[in-house]
Amino acid sequence: MVISLFAVAACSSTSEPEEDSMGGETAPSSSGPTSATTTPGSNSGQLTQDEIAAQNALRQTVFYFDFDIAEFKSEDRDTLTYHARDLAANPGKRIRLEGHADERGTREYNLALGERRANGILNYLIVNGASRSQIEVVSYGEERPDQNGQTERAYSRNRRVEIQ
Amino acid sequence: MKTRTTFVAVAYCLLGLASFAAHGELSIQITKGVDNPIPIAIVPFSWEGSGVLSEDVSQIVLNDLEQVGEFRALSRSNMLSMPSEEREVFYRDWRLLAQDYLLVGKISRAAGSQLVRVQYEFFDINRELKLAGEVLTGSVVQLRDIGHAISNVVFEQVTGTRGAFTTQILYVVADYISPQLTNFRLEKADYDGQRAQILLESQEPIMSPSWSPTGLDVAYVSFETSLPRIYIQNIASGQRRQITNYPNINSSPVWSPDGSKLAMVLSKDGSPDIYVQDLTSNQLMQITDHPLIDTEPSWSKDGRSVVFMSDRTGQPQIYQIELGASAFDVERLTYDCFQCMKAAFLPDGVNLVHVRRETRQNPNYQIAILNIETLRVITLTDTSLDESPSIAPNGSMIMYATKFNGRGVLDAVSIDGRVKFRLPSSQGDVREPSWSPFLN
Repeated sequence: MVISLFAVAACSSTSEPEEDSMGGETAPSSSGPTSATTTPGSNSGQLTQDEIAAQNALRQTVFYFDFDIAEFKSEDRDTLTYHARDLAANPGKRIRLEGHADERGTREYNLALGERRANGILNYLIVNGASRSQIEVVSYGEERPDQNGQTERAYSRNRRVEIQ
Repeated sequence: MKTRTTFVAVAYCLLGLASFAAHGELSIQITKGVDNPIPIAIVPFSWEGSGVLSEDVSQIVLNDLEQVGEFRALSRSNMLSMPSEEREVFYRDWRLLAQDYLLVGKISRAAGSQLVRVQYEFFDINRELKLAGEVLTGSVVQLRDIGHAISNVVFEQVTGTRGAFTTQILYVVADYISPQLTNFRLEKADYDGQRAQILLESQEPIMSPSWSPTGLDVAYVSFETSLPRIYIQNIASGQRRQITNYPNINSSPVWSPDGSKLAMVLSKDGSPDIYVQDLTSNQLMQITDHPLIDTEPSWSKDGRSVVFMSDRTGQPQIYQIELGASAFDVERLTYDCFQCMKAAFLPDGVNLVHVRRETRQNPNYQIAILNIETLRVITLTDTSLDESPSIAPNGSMIMYATKFNGRGVLDAVSIDGRVKFRLPSSQGDVREPSWSPFLN
């Protein structure tokens, strides 16, 4: 029973970007000609460029951080703005921000660091139109790594905030 | 969205439902010993009953004494005689073998019962003197306890320090079943990792186990509601209750020395601060108040102040504050490290055990001791991801979590750094050891 519940959680987390964040992950840009030809099919009307950009942005639900840094990366700013607008436009929508850290440093410090990272995104979403009551924040610290192992690549994958 | 968590609390004592973890059979590995260990002869105890005993008591004593590093036991095959009581002991035999101490004993069935009697005698070879001896009676399943009790006597006779061989440990195991499913367990075991029992099992993280000063209860953090909350669980009955339900982080529960209060970390007002909750009145007292991270509280021995970690100057450092003092009246204890974290005083109240990252360039986290009077620092470990140090109640050793071949394991090191041993574990990531108080 428990296993099936987790399988559902697994599906929801497969939409995260596969790029390693260390070199500077590129948020979906506001002009996406290739997307423009593929996404409108399901809609009757023509999507504006901004709607396409919003769709792309909302697909990014994982945001990566530098070591021991609590501020999200500047290239994620536009994407998070779209998330904030989406929450503002859909007052009934609820999200959960899950903050994570890599395993270096102590567990309690990492728990606090994960919360600080998630709070940074929380505050940005609120400033840009989301309501506090729409967002739950939880930090898992280093307890739920995305990748096991003591490599820089695993660490960079584990320093993240996930929108659930 | 919400995933349900199941847990089991095993009341092994009352119900006989102990879940023994698979790794109970492996033996401790001594990774570093002292240069001149004390030579001791531990003669196999004679068994005057029928059948074969499930435990080799003299081997338990031998393992205890060797793994703390200060002793080296004479090989059984080199013994010239195998006495089991005083009248069979010839000191000359043992002097010839350059032994300083001798332990002999015999085990027999107690008349008219299922119990066994373990009689042991302990001798100083050079002074030709019997130092200790007694008869311990118990059930066959208590033979390990009897062995550890004998180790306590021998250790204290030779070193003058109370032995901690009858103590226990708590720790957390994470078993990665699949990328989506991790099985978290809170386990309790003898100090040497033997006789592990599961106290709590969950698919959500379990953190920060700590003992009550009586050794009867444990406090820990469980994410079973999908949020980190503090729980207290009675070990014998398995009964548990949720202690906190504040917004945001609820973590790091640590009992005050008198058992009346629980120090903890709450971020209900935006950032993690240290609080103390009275366990009788449930009254909550805020101890620190800073917009950056304050966490990892640990009590001073007199229970009047709390040591904690804060990154208020940019990087984690250790601070101390008196209960009831102004939140501004904080004393900084560490200066010469890039990061100093997770501190606790040794029983002497002067030496501060902590996790240390020396410089920004050096990525290693190691266990170290700072003498806050002389400011001398001794780094005890030479691995790179060492954390969660927990001090034995006699102050002689520190158990901590580290990585070996990519897996979390528990190591212990003597406070002078000369002796190390690794606890057995065959599966899962083992972390966050917490050494019990004296239990007898």
